[in-house]
Amino acid sequence: MNQIKSKSFLETAAVPFFSILFGFILGAIVMLAFGYNPLAAYEALFVGVFTNRYFFGEALVQATVLTFTGLAFAVASRAGFFNIGVAGQFLFGWLASVTFALAFPSIPRILMVPLVLGVGMIAGSFYAGIAGFLRAYFGTSEVIVTIMLNHTMLLISNYMTNFVIGSGSKTGFVGDNTSLSVKFLSDLTNGSRLNIGFILAIIFVILYKIFMDHTVRGFELQAVGLNAEAARYAGMSAKRNIIVSMLISGGVAGIGGAIQGIGTFKYLFTQSSIPSQGFDGIAVALLGMGNPYGIFASSFLFGILKQGATFMPSQAGVPNELVDVVIASIIFFVGASYIIRILMKKFGFSKD
Amino acid sequence: MENIENVVEMNNITKIFGNFTANEDINFHVRKGEIHALLGENGAGKSTLMNMLGGVFEPTSGEIKVRGEKVVIDSPDKADELGIGMVHQHFMLVDKFTVTENIMLGREEHNAGYIDTKTAEKRIEELSNRYGLSVDPRAKVEDITVGMQQRTEILKALYKGSEILILDEPTAVLTPQEIEELMNIIRALAAEGRSIIIITHKLDEIKAVADRCTVIRRGKKTGTVNVADTTQQQLADMMVGRAVNFNVEKGPSHPGDVILDVKDLVVEDHRGLNAVDGTSLQIRSGEILGLAGIDGNGQSEFVQALSGMMPVKSGTIHLKGKNVTNMTPREITESGYAHIPEDRHLHGLILDMSLEKNMVLQTYYKEPFSKNGFMQDKEIKDYALRLIDEFDVRMSSEENPARDLSGGNQQKAIIAREIDRDPDLLVAAQPTRGLDVGAIEFIHKRLVEQRDKGKAVLLMSFELDEILDVSDRIAVMYEGKIMAVVDAKETNENELGLLMAGSSLEDTDSKKYEREEKMTDESN
Repeated sequence: MNQIKSKSFLETAAVPFFSILFGFILGAIVMLAFGYNPLAAYEALFVGVFTNRYFFGEALVQATVLTFTGLAFAVASRAGFFNIGVAGQFLFGWLASVTFALAFPSIPRILMVPLVLGVGMIAGSFYAGIAGFLRAYFGTSEVIVTIMLNHTMLLISNYMTNFVIGSGSKTGFVGDNTSLSVKFLSDLTNGSRLNIGFILAIIFVILYKIFMDHTVRGFELQAVGLNAEAARYAGMSAKRNIIVSMLISGGVAGIGGAIQGIGTFKYLFTQSSIPSQGFDGIAVALLGMGNPYGIFASSFLFGILKQGATFMPSQAGVPNELVDVVIASIIFFVGASYIIRILMKKFGFSKD
Repeated sequence: MENIENVVEMNNITKIFGNFTANEDINFHVRKGEIHALLGENGAGKSTLMNMLGGVFEPTSGEIKVRGEKVVIDSPDKADELGIGMVHQHFMLVDKFTVTENIMLGREEHNAGYIDTKTAEKRIEELSNRYGLSVDPRAKVEDITVGMQQRTEILKALYKGSEILILDEPTAVLTPQEIEELMNIIRALAAEGRSIIIITHKLDEIKAVADRCTVIRRGKKTGTVNVADTTQQQLADMMVGRAVNFNVEKGPSHPGDVILDVKDLVVEDHRGLNAVDGTSLQIRSGEILGLAGIDGNGQSEFVQALSGMMPVKSGTIHLKGKNVTNMTPREITESGYAHIPEDRHLHGLILDMSLEKNMVLQTYYKEPFSKNGFMQDKEIKDYALRLIDEFDVRMSSEENPARDLSGGNQQKAIIAREIDRDPDLLVAAQPTRGLDVGAIEFIHKRLVEQRDKGKAVLLMSFELDEILDVSDRIAVMYEGKIMAVVDAKETNENELGLLMAGSSLEDTDSKKYEREEKMTDESN
């Protein structure tokens, strides 16, 4: 944090900027290689989203969820843990909120909305807490545990969807008493699924900032993340901080899942694989360099990419699979930002 | 004429980083076959100067001549080409590789695509034997001692054919015996016509091995002297810029109540062996107890158990009458305990956190530094600035990470933090390791000051001089047991040395007697 602070904003922003630029270039090369016109494809991507309020709203819907999963990953990573289980915690938040909403269709909305979001949060917290507890008391790797828990949740969720709370491959719709829609957001975006979750995402970005920079607990988490031994010497409890950071991380992912469940879809369906929002959240957190505003900006970008990509097949003839390749190249360069730092140094963009 | 014998000439070298001038107009000349010491305080600019010779940095202005020819050393490879080899303070070795593999790294000799280790091994063995390096070329780096790792680095430079060898603080990590071996190696290399530059702040080593010495203070050259004609005191004064007091000034101690009372303490190390094996010890207020011993005799574990970092297997620790055995580090700290840890990078500071936050590392959760769970940034900053000022911690900004501070200033910051909490017991583990004489003087003064304020001080150190100078009483630890507790005024290095090697006080008394007899014989 302080390292980042001591650099200029331009230097800090340069790495994600070049990651994105190189990602687009690589995507273009791939498209060229297969005989598609990258310019037309990128035009379709951006014009589609930015000229139509409905699709812009839908891009923000995607961004909302990614902000939550990105923040979730970032909290744990600040404390030194690699919570690769954001996807599983997100899915549990989704499952729990839909289950709860289906069970209580008659609680008034003013009570139900906070309740259902709370249920999602608790579910995510609980699920991440398993990994945190095992790490704190048995030294088990949180990476391996959360990967396994991702798969476990995929199977649990599909079982529940098919046999317990739903039938066939999906559940019924949740009642209107859980609706997150607000009129002015829907009106603003021509009736897109954009909902109050978006406002919540902004609030969580600010909360994250306050938590990390100004609270005692946030200070402890960072101290443990930067040097666990020195933190222990200073009287901080490593065990407590592991568990706390995982509970917060999972809780944030769980709220994201609840917003996906009752805000975006209003039901739960059989997942063919672990929800991509989990891993995209990791990319978002990396691209945002752990900074909450950066995370918000990169989830916005990802939202646009995901939404805009849907126009690429129809308007530029680029097949869906290739669209995924383009997005993957951008994520690849985000992950490879280390290489970009070296390149920047070599060409004199950066002093250190 | 002089140009011919100077193998390296650095003329009017200036190096500026941003707005910080690390080296200013420095002239540094090294002759063929000489051992030239480069002396200066931590952060004086010694390493910067040598890094320009080693191709790590390029000077902002000034010229470098090697063997009379003007050169531009823009990369470590270029330095290699010119026959300049550098042995860094932190070794650049791959642990899982053998000595030979490490030395070959980057210049592998190959035969039809296969790396030819046999030839290299033979050459390394020859080199090793010639200079008495005694390094097994087939041993893996992770299996050999630190001293051998260093000699591997030297071999690496010799293997490349370096004529000019730069050693950056070579003795910082070595045992006294290894230091002696290293000195012999250096002498042998110089005798062969190679030029050796030693970066150091240890005066006795300069006296022992160097021909000439160049002193740098705050980026500027103070002078170059012939070591034989200069006393240690003169060197120290040149380095610090004022008269340095080697003797710790202190009056008699006035011990009061027992502050720390350790009874039959047993602490297991990581292998499950009793590292501390039934130790009992008392420290009173107003006294400094020195804990002496050879590294690895349980002192570290003893101190870690006191601070709550290692579990106590049996026995008790009382602090001011309160039983703190197996309490958490925080509970112990709150009972009046302060600790300058042995490893300041690992335990003392969070290097990537700002200095100001590091100053409240144990107290952040209390008022005024936090209120209702929120950190009070203004109070923290004011507090940090006060300590930085009081303890003369030098740095550009309190918001910069602690990593940016020099070693001496990091230690000052830790001491400031620990002393300011006004503890009843101050435990200082190796508080002056790696520091220059100016910083050592400062720290010793502070320890005595605490004693005079009526605190109990435990000083654990491997340096006998330090123990003898600073302590009032000295406890010697050997294999986890206290061999004896002696009065600092009535003992000497020999007696302590014997105790540290495991002799009991009765043994040492008779030996001391014999030795004194022998000495009188010799003087007759």
